[in-house]
Order: sequence, then structure tokens, then C-alpha cells
Amino acid sequence: MTVTDGAGAATASADAGIRGWSPQRMWSVAGAVVLVALVWGFYAWDGAQTTAVLGGTVRAATLLVLGAMCGMIGERSGIVNIGIEGQFLMSAFTAFTVASMSGSLFLGVVAGVSTGLAMGWMLAAMSVGLRTDQIIAGTVLNIAALGLTSFFYDRGRSLGQPKYQSIELGPLADLPVVGTALFNRPPLTYLALVLVVVLHVLLLRSVWGMRTTAIGEHPGAAATVGIDVIRLRYWNVTLAGGLAGLGGAYLALESVGTFTRAMSGGRGFLALAVMIFGRRTPLGAYAAALFFGFTTALQGQFQLNDTFDIPAQFVGMLPFVVTIIVVAAAGLFGRMRDPAALGQPYEVR
Amino acid sequence: MAAAAETVVSQAEPEVLLAGHGITKRFGPVVANDDVSVELRPGRILALLGENGAGKSTLVNVLFGLHRPDAGQVVIADENVELSSPHDAIARGVGMVHQHFQLVPPMSVVRNIVLGAEPRKLGMIDVTQARRRVLELADRFGLGVDPDAAVEDLPVGAQQRVEILKALYRDARVLIADEPTAVLTPQETDHLLDVLRGLTDQGVGIVFITHKLREVMAAADDIVVLREGKVVGTTTPDQTSEAALAELMVGRAVDLHGDRFESGATGVGSAVSTTAVPDDDTPITEAAEQPVVLDIAGLCADDDRGQRAVDELSLAVRAGEIVGVAGVEGNGQRELVEAITGLRHATAGTVSISERDASGARPRQVTVIGVGHIPEDRAKHGLIGSYSVADNSVLNRYFKRPFAAGGMLRRDRIDSHARDVVATFDVRTPDVESPADSLSGGNKQKLIVGREFSDEIDLLIAAQPTRGIDIGAIEFIWRRIRERRDEGTAVLLVSAELDEVLALSDRVAVMYEGRIVATVNPRTATREEIGLLMAGAAPAEVGN
Repeated sequence: MTVTDGAGAATASADAGIRGWSPQRMWSVAGAVVLVALVWGFYAWDGAQTTAVLGGTVRAATLLVLGAMCGMIGERSGIVNIGIEGQFLMSAFTAFTVASMSGSLFLGVVAGVSTGLAMGWMLAAMSVGLRTDQIIAGTVLNIAALGLTSFFYDRGRSLGQPKYQSIELGPLADLPVVGTALFNRPPLTYLALVLVVVLHVLLLRSVWGMRTTAIGEHPGAAATVGIDVIRLRYWNVTLAGGLAGLGGAYLALESVGTFTRAMSGGRGFLALAVMIFGRRTPLGAYAAALFFGFTTALQGQFQLNDTFDIPAQFVGMLPFVVTIIVVAAAGLFGRMRDPAALGQPYEVR
Repeated sequence: MAAAAETVVSQAEPEVLLAGHGITKRFGPVVANDDVSVELRPGRILALLGENGAGKSTLVNVLFGLHRPDAGQVVIADENVELSSPHDAIARGVGMVHQHFQLVPPMSVVRNIVLGAEPRKLGMIDVTQARRRVLELADRFGLGVDPDAAVEDLPVGAQQRVEILKALYRDARVLIADEPTAVLTPQETDHLLDVLRGLTDQGVGIVFITHKLREVMAAADDIVVLREGKVVGTTTPDQTSEAALAELMVGRAVDLHGDRFESGATGVGSAVSTTAVPDDDTPITEAAEQPVVLDIAGLCADDDRGQRAVDELSLAVRAGEIVGVAGVEGNGQRELVEAITGLRHATAGTVSISERDASGARPRQVTVIGVGHIPEDRAKHGLIGSYSVADNSVLNRYFKRPFAAGGMLRRDRIDSHARDVVATFDVRTPDVESPADSLSGGNKQKLIVGREFSDEIDLLIAAQPTRGIDIGAIEFIWRRIRERRDEGTAVLLVSAELDEVLALSDRVAVMYEGRIVATVNPRTATREEIGLLMAGAAPAEVGN
């Protein structure tokens, strides 16, 4: 995009979230170019392994980006959601249980999304309605989910059918490098990709997105122009829970194919890092999710083929070490400012 | 009716745009409005004048639907109405320009204006149409703004224009402006008054809330003066004077300017030097021979966002003089005060106090070497609201004798000290055990002044010492500051109120974008000259 003094370019520059070419953006684009070159090189060197790593990257990224989108809708509305971990876990449990009992993966997904919505509503009721401390409200969700799913966990239950299988998207799947990784995936991955794009447009361009930004930045100002802050926050936090619910269903029914205790494994928290690293935009979060997903996949691949003679525990640390380094480095590039009213309960006068 | 004869604007022109008849509003035992009646007609500016707590805000909140009156009738466009929320008022064409702008800082001007009433296309904001309508409005009412700029990047005056456009976008026929000039430079104020004048030419009516007499005299068509919840006068600028209005407002004769020139005999600083040379760093009073108490050289400090706010600033304050720092808020004054008092890290430069190096000193070290500090935000930095008046009266030296011994507080000494402060500084409180939060703004401020003044100090840093307090308390605090100066204390006064700077200072340092751009003699410089300097004009352009 060239910057002219015309309307279009300038308008975009003032939209929250889309600014001119900041140093951060230049760095991330430069990084992406280097990454693509590297991947291409590896692909030429060892096609099968590279495809496996890229596939693992997308698989891990899907869960992270769903959680990150859940988090960003809340945060853009002014509500911190640290209960994503609990929302993942609880939804994975119900999705698995319903799919197992009914024999329908689709019903399982419906159950998972509904569970996410219900937990989103609970978070809204606590942090918007009752104005509880938002960190405590999220913690309640996490503890409740861990306790309930452990209590009702049924060791003997199995899905009783194969998990969601890949669907080839015609000739697209034959593309080199990314063909298999992106266009030969199971259905929920495609759905997540569509949601990323749709939500990105909605957040930055729609009336809803603008009002959401307004209630997260200055709820008082939003209220003076007739926006019902409480109501919109309720809706947003609840609906965002649906995205985390989809994430839980994805985890149980597409990624793993079963339910195990505490299977979300901290990825609900990692999703928050992804959200921040992606500057609270869906596309940014997807880029960040791919990056974190890549470290996870790489780690998996290392463990699988014994390339290096390093104990598995150390290789397993990779994603977490990289997270720490990246988040610290991101801090050096200048932190993104949080929504001004983030974490503050809103009270109608 | 005869009204039709002069109507050129439209036939549906109402006779009364907005009125309150016999409005009474109580909050518990407090009667905030007692049988108040006001009336606004098309094309007129109605000034509501009164001190803080006189009931101005309550009245407009009733007229705007934020409060329901206990008695009385609100009239909008000749119709008796019951307002249950501001949206009812907005829907009937009443717009409010809030004192604290109701704008979303990171969003663009256009988006801020259309927020809540967006032109849309398939759920998306119709940016083209929104932009066109905003530009039309801006053009029609002469309110120039950059529609695509983010609001946070605009100067305060422009943000205010956005706030006005927001109301006009919603077809406001009445604008209620709540202390709109409080944050503006004199030039911006003049511009705003012109803009308001322009709006009235198009039939808009304006309710203008203020406590600044000059603006009332300059801009209003009708004046209503409120005191203690009652209307104490209804007049027009031709029939009254600033002095008469001040007396109505306060209920007795007020003298804010009195001793600045006349009573100089008692002390060093206030004597008038008729041979003053307006050379930049030479004090114009006899303080010139006094030792320098505060010496700032090349000081730099960043604001909270890491931007340089104080930029190689140098300034000296001598014993027995008041140096006033004038400037539009946000030009580094806060950071300057915080850097001197140890609340903010200075990135470069030196501060020396009484010939001792105080660069990088911690707040307590600064206090201990004899600096009194009246902080800008009394609730945040001046007092601990939940602590008693007594504890607050020793916040700056509770750890020293006689208030503490062997690590234990001496309650009796603290209480008797507090009673002294309360008596000497006229702090109205039931007793010294009451929490500081229970005091009014003026009394809180008097408590802070009392605390800071009851120790030996060589230097007083007073930041916005009279913000938001009533005239009686202002008069009291000003007198105390002058007395201190006359006793030989060096005073650095930072205030956004140009009137205050002019009334108190022996020298005025004008601050713009982190620097002192000029030092002027308040006796010879005009408000306009200082205003231009505050707005960033080079001193040469301003002339002498």
C-alpha cells in the first residue's frame, strides 16, 4: 500500500490495529520472508519431513488461534479472559463425551461449542454482571473445568469411530510445500481458517467491531452515544467462548481423537501470548500461532526421528523456551498498548 | 404570534429551545438545585455561572436527562418532556460537550463522530458516506478538523471541535458546553467563542457553563448566576460587570488581585521595581540579589509513554520570588515537577536545591532538604483518602521527631499538630480523626498547604494549587503563598490557569513542548502575548 494523501490510505492509518509500516511490521515481514526461504530450502532437501513439520505446525496453530480469537474479542471489549484453558478443557470433554455416546462427530462439535458459549456466559456474568475481578473469574473457570472433567473422566470410554479425517481440496492439495499442510486438512481446520479471515474483517471494518473497540477503550464515551456497554460486553464474551469451545472440540475430535485428563496442557494460556504477539488481530494472531505451532511441530519431529542425541525432556522444552524468548524480544520492539479500559468493570451510573 | 415576523431560519422554529422551570433536585439531605428556572432561546448563548458546588452541573444533568428532578419541569422545543436518560435528550436535539471529552482516543475523527449512529452497508461502516457527512458538517459550521487523524494525536482544541461535531452530527439544536474553556489556551478560547457565535447564527442555542467571568462578559447573551443551588441573579452582559458578577457568585465582595502590587512593603519579593528590565533571566524584582534556591540546568525527562517531555530545560528560582510556569497542559509541566521532586527519573541535566545537588534524589530526600510540594493531583499524590486528617497532616515527616520516637508514632503529638494545622489553615472538618476523603476539595487543598507550610521550607513547588476549588479557598491559598514568598521562600508555581500565574508570579516562564520558550514580566506582558507564546509562537514574533 503506497501512502498518498488521498482518502483510502489515510483512513486505514487511523483504524485501530492497522497502522502504517511500523518497525514491528517491517520486522515481521522480513522474518516471514526469511522463514519462507528456509522452509523452501528444507523442502528441497527433505520433502517428507518438511511436509510433516508444516502439517504439525498448522495442526498446533489451529487450536492456538481459536483460543487467541476468543481472548481478543474479550480484551477488545475490555474483559480479560484467562479462562480459555478451562474453556478448552471443558469443551473438549463434552465434545468427546457427546460424540462418543451419540456416535456423531458433528453433535460432538455442537456440544463443544455450546459448552464454550456457556462458559463464556459464566465469565461474562462474573466479570461484567457481578464486576468480579476478571483474573479471579477466569481462574474460577480453569479450576472448575479441571475439577469437573477429572471427576467425570471415564477411562474406558473411547470415541468408537475415527476422528475427523483430512479432506483434499482438489488441485490445491497438490501445490508444492504448502499443498498438504494447508489444503489437505480435516474440516475444523478449514472452518478455523475461514473464521480468522471473517473475524479480521468484522473486527476492523464492521459497526460491531468499531463499537467493540469503543467499549474496550472508553466505555463511558460509548455509553454517551447510546451503546449499551454491559449488553455488548455480555454478548462478546459469551460468543467468544464459542470460539474457545470450537477449539476444545477440535482438540478432542480432530487433533487427538480422544479425551485425556488436563489435555489442554497450558495451550489456553499460550493462546493469550499468541493473541498479544498478534497484536489482537486475527490475522496477526494466526501468524503468531503458526510460529508457535512451528516450534511445537519441530519439537515433535526431533523426538520422533532422533536427529539429535538430546534427552526428550529438553527437546520438549523448545516451544516454551521459544515463547519466553519471543515474548521478551517483542517487548524490545515496543509493547502494544492495551485497550485503555481493559480489566476495568463498567458500572452504569 | 409575533415570533413569526423575524423568523428567517425555519417555520418550525420553537420559541424556547430548552428550559427548566422550578427545578428542584436533592441528593439525600443536600439540596443541589432549589426551584431553579432557566430558559434558552434560539440563537442565544446562556451562561450558567457559579462556583464549584453551586449546582450548575446538577442543573445541566437534569436538563440532559442524567438526573431526574424531584420537582419542576424540563422543556425541550416548547414541549414538556420527561427525560429518562441522555438518549431521550439527544433524540430531541440536545447535545452535550463534556468537560472530559467522551472520545475514543485511538479511533479516527470520523469514527468517533459517527460512533453509535453509523452509516452502514451490509453491517460494515460506510466509510465514504461517514467521511462526506463529517466534512459537510465541518464545513458548514466552520469547525476544521482532519477527519482521518486519530483523536489522540490531535491538540485539545481540535478534540473539542470533534466533540462539538459529534453533537451536531446528531442534529443538536442545543449544545450544553460544560466548562469548555478549562483546558484551552487564550487563543483557543477565543476561537471556541467564535465557533459558538457561528453556531448561534445558524439558530443553535448554547448553554455555557463556566466560572470565568471574562468569558461570560465576552460571549454570553444571557447570564444566570447560581449560588448554593439557587438562582441569585439573571442578567445580561450590558447590565452588569465582572465585579458585580463575582460578588453575586460568592455572596460577598472578592478581591483576588489586591495585594499584588500594593502591599509589597512587607517583603523582598513583592516590591515593585519600576525599572524592571525584561531580560530573560534577570528577575525583575529585588529577588535579583537573593541567592538562587532552585537551579535547574539542562533537565530532560520522559513522559509515561517514553516520549521526551522535558527537553533540556533550565530555570532558576531565587529566594523571595514566585516564578510562574505558564503553558497549556501537556507541555511537560507535570514531568518537570515530578523530576524536581524525585517522583520521576530525569534522563539528563541537574537540579540543585539550596546549592545542594538534588539530581536523582528520592522524594524523601527532597522533602528533607527543605522543599514543600503541593502536588497537581491532590487525591492521588497529595493525600491518602482513607487516612485521617491527623495522619495526613504529617505525611511528609511522620518518621521524624517529634512525631515518631523509637519507631513508634506519637499519637498525641500528631493530633495536636493536626489541630494546629486545621486551625491555622481554616480546614473545615468535624475533627482530626475524620478521613481526608470526607473533606471538600478546597479543604483538602488547605490541609495539604497547611502540612507543607508548617515546616521550614526554602522552596515551594506548587502545581495547580487551586484547581477545582471555590473562590474563597483560592483567595486563602493565594494569600498564604504570597506570605511565604514575602518571608523569603522561593516558589515555583505551575498552573494551567493563566489568571493564576499572572496574579501570583514575579516572573512568568512560558513552557512549550518541554522547554521554557520565554521568561516575561507579568506586569508588562499582555495575556495575548503570553497566549501566543503558550501556543508555540517564537518570542520574536510576539514582540515586546
